[in-house]
Amino acid sequence: MGSKVFRAALWVAFGLFFLFPLYAMADFSTRNLIAGGRTMQAWKNLIADDALYQAIVISLLLAVFTVVAMLLVLVPTMIWVRLRAPWAKGMVEFLCLLPLTIPALVIVVGLRNVYLWVTYFLGESALTLTFVYVVLVLPFAYRSIDAALSSIDLQTLAEAARSLGAGWPTTILRVVVPNIWSGILSAAFISIAVVLGEFTIASLSGFQTLQVQIVAIGKTDGPTSVAASLAVLLFGFVLLLILSLVTRGRRRGSAAVDPAVPTPAPTGVSA
Amino acid sequence: MRKLREGLPLLPFLAVVVIFLIIPTVTVIVSSVYANGVFSFARIQALFSDTALAALGKSVLLSGSTAVIGAVLGAVLAWLIVSSPPTSMVRRAVISLCSVLAQFGGVALAFAFLATVGLNGVLTLWVQQVFGFNLAGSGWLYSLTGLILVYTYFQIPLMVIVFVPALEGLRDQWREAAVSLGASTWRYWREVAVPLLTPAFLGSTLLLFANAFAAYATAAALVSQGSPIVPLLIRSALTSEVVLGQSGFAYALALEMIVVVAVVMAAYSALVRRTARWLR
Repeated sequence: MGSKVFRAALWVAFGLFFLFPLYAMADFSTRNLIAGGRTMQAWKNLIADDALYQAIVISLLLAVFTVVAMLLVLVPTMIWVRLRAPWAKGMVEFLCLLPLTIPALVIVVGLRNVYLWVTYFLGESALTLTFVYVVLVLPFAYRSIDAALSSIDLQTLAEAARSLGAGWPTTILRVVVPNIWSGILSAAFISIAVVLGEFTIASLSGFQTLQVQIVAIGKTDGPTSVAASLAVLLFGFVLLLILSLVTRGRRRGSAAVDPAVPTPAPTGVSA
Repeated sequence: MRKLREGLPLLPFLAVVVIFLIIPTVTVIVSSVYANGVFSFARIQALFSDTALAALGKSVLLSGSTAVIGAVLGAVLAWLIVSSPPTSMVRRAVISLCSVLAQFGGVALAFAFLATVGLNGVLTLWVQQVFGFNLAGSGWLYSLTGLILVYTYFQIPLMVIVFVPALEGLRDQWREAAVSLGASTWRYWREVAVPLLTPAFLGSTLLLFANAFAAYATAAALVSQGSPIVPLLIRSALTSEVVLGQSGFAYALALEMIVVVAVVMAAYSALVRRTARWLR
């Protein structure tokens, strides 16, 4: 009995510490500072404020580009390593997890020269951040996709497809990818959350992404920044919650075919 | 020859990693000891100036205190989560919330606390009304104290995420074995669970330290002037490179960060290897 009360008290304490700031954000962003009462102006600004809206569009585009580029680079590589180049597995894993130990701040300090070339070839656009972001999401994406690949018999699948006359693109796209769908989905979701939340590299390279704009606006218009911050947090929360529900559904539904991912939530760590 | 052909499809991946991760890191390391093509320790020496040492001290204090607070409270929260049924919606929601706060919060967390205990914060106004006491007084939220508070808000969730797997690795059979041999619950925790969890706990604490040491976004959004900690000192060195003597300082500071994080992460992976022995 005593331990039950103790537990309940702990839940309440943690609940207050974590949920109160979120509630405060909701309250703060709907408060009318001038006339008193409530207003939705801060939330309307997400679309009405031109600079903020542009930044949101840029960040969403960056998220899409990063996911596509990450999948294009990582999925074929990881499949190839498992099938044809097992000697490279250790190296690929090491490189994929490396961004966990090299802080984004360090990358951005050393990035100047690289970006001189990037802007020389591709022009000065915030979308060139895609390349760095692919590197940033590698650890998270690698773990999701690796778990999915471990749970299928890749060798047999690929050999079956190849012996029936499929080329490598067909094998990967129409045979392997449908079987590691849950891993790809979680890699994509986590990457989206990372890109939408990224501030360090964008701000120090001088690009106006969503997070950079949130900080810039915060200096004059607190409620709008708070509204945008809360929106990003809620979006990320919903994304990861859906992910954990989807991976559970798969585990129950088709356990024989696809004994889903052992790590439904990202157990990766950010450094 | 065969190896070459097998390696060819890896090229796009290697190109991306080398250009956008390896080259920047090597640039930092090389540039911190080479100034204008000449080998020199001048930039490294700048790390021992008063400003740099003070920032390092505060960074270590911030990372150390939030790592310990986060590890202890996070372990408690992880235990609460693990002892609830694994399929419950509450558990899913809590874990998802933890991942968001721990990994993708950044700037948003700074604004969360500005909205709570900032000058016009919800809690500040409420306390002002009820107790007539100014919670936001003296602007402590923008100082080291404030940073410690805001950092715990993402350190505890990170601890939950890395510590839940370790707690789940404790098998029921071990408890049953201990109990059937006559141990009390207290004795089971003290002589079985705690010794088993200690490496994981210490490892996670180190991880939290590295995480806080390298974190930039939250501090940058909260503290817009001055640079009390290393990441913010890097910001001011980067953005004011025109100032004489500052050029190249950012490289040295970044090198300092690489070294600290690398040492801590090496200790972390050594401890994780010990945990992995019984976790599977």
